[in-house]
Amino acid sequence: MNARRVLAVARKETLHVWRDPRSLGMALAIPALMMFLFGYALTLDVDNVPLAVWDQSGTPESRELLSRFEGSRYFDVRLGALGYPEIERAILDREVMAAVVIPWDFAARLNASPPAPVQFLLDGSDANTATIALGYAEGVARSYTIEDAARRAAASGVPAHAAPLELRSRVWFNEDLESKNFIVPGLIAVIMMVIAALLTSLTIAREWEQGTMEQLVSTPVTGNEIIAGKLLPYFALGMIDLAVSVVIGKYLFDVPLRGSVALLVASSAAFLVGGLSMGMLFSIVARSQLLATQLALMITFLPAFLLSGFVFAIGNMPRPIQVATHVVPARYLVSLLRGIYLKGVGLEVLAGELALLAAFGAAVLFAASRKFRKKLE
Amino acid sequence: MSDAIAVAGLGRRFGAFHAVRDVTFAVARGEIFGYLGANGAGKSTTIRILCGLLAPTAGRAAVAGVDVAADPEGVKRRIGYMSQKFSLYPDLTVEENLDFFGGAYGFAGRELRRRIDAVVEETDLRALRGAATQSLPAGLQQRVALANALLHDPELLFLDEPTAGVDPVSRREFLALVRRRVRRGATVFLTTHYMDEAEYCDRLCLIYRGELAALGTPEELKDRLMKEAVLEVRTGRPLEAAELLGGLPEVRGAALFGESVHAVVENPDEAVPRVRAALEAAGFPGALVERIPPSLEDVFVSLVEERDRREGEIREVRR
Ligand SMILES: Nc1ncnc2c1ncn2[C@@H]1O[C@H](COP(=O)(O)OP(=O)(O)OP(=O)(O)O)[C@@H](O)[C@H]1O
Ligand SMILES: [Mg+2]
Repeated sequence: MNARRVLAVARKETLHVWRDPRSLGMALAIPALMMFLFGYALTLDVDNVPLAVWDQSGTPESRELLSRFEGSRYFDVRLGALGYPEIERAILDREVMAAVVIPWDFAARLNASPPAPVQFLLDGSDANTATIALGYAEGVARSYTIEDAARRAAASGVPAHAAPLELRSRVWFNEDLESKNFIVPGLIAVIMMVIAALLTSLTIAREWEQGTMEQLVSTPVTGNEIIAGKLLPYFALGMIDLAVSVVIGKYLFDVPLRGSVALLVASSAAFLVGGLSMGMLFSIVARSQLLATQLALMITFLPAFLLSGFVFAIGNMPRPIQVATHVVPARYLVSLLRGIYLKGVGLEVLAGELALLAAFGAAVLFAASRKFRKKLE
Repeated sequence: MSDAIAVAGLGRRFGAFHAVRDVTFAVARGEIFGYLGANGAGKSTTIRILCGLLAPTAGRAAVAGVDVAADPEGVKRRIGYMSQKFSLYPDLTVEENLDFFGGAYGFAGRELRRRIDAVVEETDLRALRGAATQSLPAGLQQRVALANALLHDPELLFLDEPTAGVDPVSRREFLALVRRRVRRGATVFLTTHYMDEAEYCDRLCLIYRGELAALGTPEELKDRLMKEAVLEVRTGRPLEAAELLGGLPEVRGAALFGESVHAVVENPDEAVPRVRAALEAAGFPGALVERIPPSLEDVFVSLVEERDRREGEIREVRR
């Protein structure tokens, strides 16, 4: 490889990018857009579930239970209802998502023959949120039951047999259990994959389509020099995209970066080489900009999105699919970035993943170089 | 010294279709060699093989002594190529295009600047260095493409229909630039379907449906027709006249040339009055019938017709 010729190709390719404001804008806007869209849409935390309450009994016991819902950060009591029609209307109007109905004999049943039933109504049209809200409600009810039983035991002089078991949970690495801290690093990985393959999928095909490839291959430039020269500017653009995503993650989503920035950059760079080479490979094989772009989107986006562990945990997938995820390079970047972001771990833990990414980059680059022919057909 | 280009039995198939078949010729150093043929005759296919861009499927070709199939990269270092399609980057300026292609040949820094300056002077592009290539008219774009192909001072220049779609004045200027390079020692291989461009060439090769139909200097080719004669017939209705003339027994072939019809006959002294009479009888009063010296195009048409007759194929009506 001759450095002058590589630089000549890189310079020319930079000019193409610079002269085409539409694709340049796209290259910079797509990561920001994806951060906003998926960052907000996929943040799975549910808090302040809007709640209606209907206290038919109006006793100290029932008020005690309701105050627990009011005090919970997971619920936001919006409505004191006086009947089912009112609750139904509030749910239909999306004013509330759930309702607690305490029957008129609540206190009597509680004192005479517990357990006393309490009704919890849920809008199931958003099943995900409904499930989470139900979990919170059960938690509130359980803690009420345990304390109430303890109080009764103490009052009746029976030796207080404390709650049989107390679970003290402590969350490590993502103490606030905030899903954004978990989503954002994965999102950055997905963005890198998609943007990388998209960026380069046009370059070679464009030259075939506009006829300049014939002139290019008539010069002594070698295939490897063309590929290297074309990779350089897009690599720079990809690293800018990484910076944009990290900055948005930090300042907009407040996601703390615990680990080493150098390791973050290194793993993204290794991954970027693979992704860019993959787009280049599509461009070389397809010789058509449209086809190459579609290939890039289909082959990178879906697996990166679905099989990388970004949205769906790999451990919960059926066995054969779990095996298949091993060939999805985004999987390794997702776990690398999560490790760096959430746990702050370094090479001692992540070296394996980093090596796999580097191997992936080298393999795709090699394939692109082998596939490129300095010949017309 | 060996030939600049030596081609023997060269062929290229695309599937079952022979785009070029069994072509043999040699080009001496310092020659302008014209490769003349109609659309789809196989001109670009041949030039691509010679430039090492397309592998031949039969025969051999050596360019500057280098075998094109064995060492295409060796060929590429020695030649300048101007492809038929638009070969410059439209979004880059003239200077940026030259910069890039100079870099592609491995030049940088002072050396690159010196070469760009020289070639810009040579092709008279000084005023256009900063112009966006896509905004230039076709004639100037061809000149920039030529400048590109000259940057590395190649021994051989391959020009594929370099002046297609360019006005006659620009074409003459372009050919003058090419001639100047030849005087400095370059060899030129150019394809064309313009007869006036072909007249510029030292030697010509007529290619028809992938096969070599004739080879020689323009004069030699025209001399071959001296035993026959060309009549120019002017009437108001050339299309119908061509059809009528083509059916006459003394006419070997008739073809449209713009507003007139050219008829090839063996014995002009007898043929002229008969052709006149036939035209009168068929309702072309006042038709002008005149013997003219054969042009290259006449040569081309008559060669093509002869070939078709030999092969017993249906004759194409030439437009
Ligand atoms: N890659 C290819 N695959 C199949 N057929 C081809 C290919 N390239 C050229 N041909 C066919 O070979 C024939 C010769 O093509 P070529 O481009 O050499 O013609 P040409 O003389 O340059 O014509 P033009 O004046 O139109 O440029 C044409 O019929 C063309 O369709
Ligand atoms: Mg052609």
